[in-house]
Amino acid sequence: MIELSAIHKSFGGTPVLRGVTLSVPKGESCVIIGGSGTGKSVTIKCVLGLAMPDSGTIRVDGQDVTRTDRDAFLARFGMLFQGAALFDSMPVWQNVAFRLLRGTLKRPRREAREIAIEKLRRVGLRPDVADLYPAELSGGMQKRVGLARAIAAEPQIIFFDEPTTGLDPIMAGVINDLIREIVTEMGVTAVTITHDMSSVRAIADSVAMLHDGVIKWHGPVSRLDDSGDPYLDQFVNGRAEGPIEAVR
Amino acid sequence: MSWLARLGRAVIGVLAAIGRVAIFAGAAIGHIVRPPFYFREFGHALLAIGYFSLPVVGLTAFFTGGALALQIYAGGARFSAESVVPSIVAIGMVRELGPVLGGLMVAGRVAAAIAAEIGTMKVTEQIDALVTLSTNPMKYLTAPRVLAATLVLPVLVAVGDSIGVLGGFVVGVARLDFNAQAYLENTVDFLELWDVLSGLVKASVFGFIVALMGCYHGMNSGRGAQGVGRATTNAVVSASVLILAANFLLTEAFFSA
Repeated sequence: MIELSAIHKSFGGTPVLRGVTLSVPKGESCVIIGGSGTGKSVTIKCVLGLAMPDSGTIRVDGQDVTRTDRDAFLARFGMLFQGAALFDSMPVWQNVAFRLLRGTLKRPRREAREIAIEKLRRVGLRPDVADLYPAELSGGMQKRVGLARAIAAEPQIIFFDEPTTGLDPIMAGVINDLIREIVTEMGVTAVTITHDMSSVRAIADSVAMLHDGVIKWHGPVSRLDDSGDPYLDQFVNGRAEGPIEAVR
Repeated sequence: MSWLARLGRAVIGVLAAIGRVAIFAGAAIGHIVRPPFYFREFGHALLAIGYFSLPVVGLTAFFTGGALALQIYAGGARFSAESVVPSIVAIGMVRELGPVLGGLMVAGRVAAAIAAEIGTMKVTEQIDALVTLSTNPMKYLTAPRVLAATLVLPVLVAVGDSIGVLGGFVVGVARLDFNAQAYLENTVDFLELWDVLSGLVKASVFGFIVALMGCYHGMNSGRGAQGVGRATTNAVVSASVLILAANFLLTEAFFSA
């Protein structure tokens, strides 16, 4: 269970989050949607401790994230970054097995490599990809490796930051399906941020719409098309006219 | 009064920057002495900073030693003191030119490489990824590089010193008609242990400065290609200036009677 309560965050005097309140029950896949620059990334960075909220509380399973042992806390998380954020100085398998090669989850190298290859297979990559370097992979393959790295240490919570940005529609569909399958089969709590509506329909159990630094609407994905919320309606249908001002 | 305000803001800006670097240096040292230790990263850093800098430091030292021999010979000839060439070349190399030029060459090569690598990692969210994988970037990226540079630069400079003396020897024997054996005897007789050690202590401090500046500017890199470019430039410039300033202070501390 992830609970955000009245999160405020400003950068250089410009408020980005103005009281975000959201709860994601255990095992649910919540997708946060919203235009560019509305603070979607900042919200999950606050949960992970990559950014400190100015005020408000974030609890994961009832524990305040600012007052907990960070290593143990982060060991329960997996994260897929927008650009995959693979370490380009090491081969693919070492990227996937990063957590398993050092720190508290350290395993023998051979075992870590085997787990990495198994995870690569899970995301649809052949074992011979393991020894390539990230720069040798296409965008879609990098996303898959990023996904394999996120699930390598069997996390309980996974964050996906714009998982389909920069991919062609077919590859985006493949990644969406993979995410949905992995979330269901691992039984994890998932939070995805995106502005790609095909991702929303494929991945989400519940949808939260972030606009102007607050959650404007939060509800089940089945209510997406008859929410009655003008902000959500405009976003879902991609209309230029509506309460959300489009800069032209 | 606006110029006074501007001056004040500039002074506060400089002091704040010094404070930030000092805090960063303190954190780096803290992570060097506290586990976990990343031996593999440390090994990579030793290789990248030390071994791969050998050619550039060696060539610099060789030509500098040769030029030094020619200069000292020409200067010494004005008052019939040509015989001081071997000893002055050796003293000049090990005390001053070896560490300073070695430090500056490594600053150009290593500080730039570190800043560009870490800066790119920051821009592409790899630093954030490290954090989410329960790895402290200061411990994983900064500590091994700073420790490696601090330890390996004295070794690099010791090799450079020897090559510099060799450069002087080659020029002395081939161009200035010195007797080879007499040149070597002169070099060894007049060189004191402290001459060499003081140069190596300097080298160690310069190594610390080079890696620290590379890591600091990389970690604080701005966005995009321009941000990384600026971080790289700032790393080389600040490392070079700090090396020259530290060299003056260390020389003052070691040799002012």
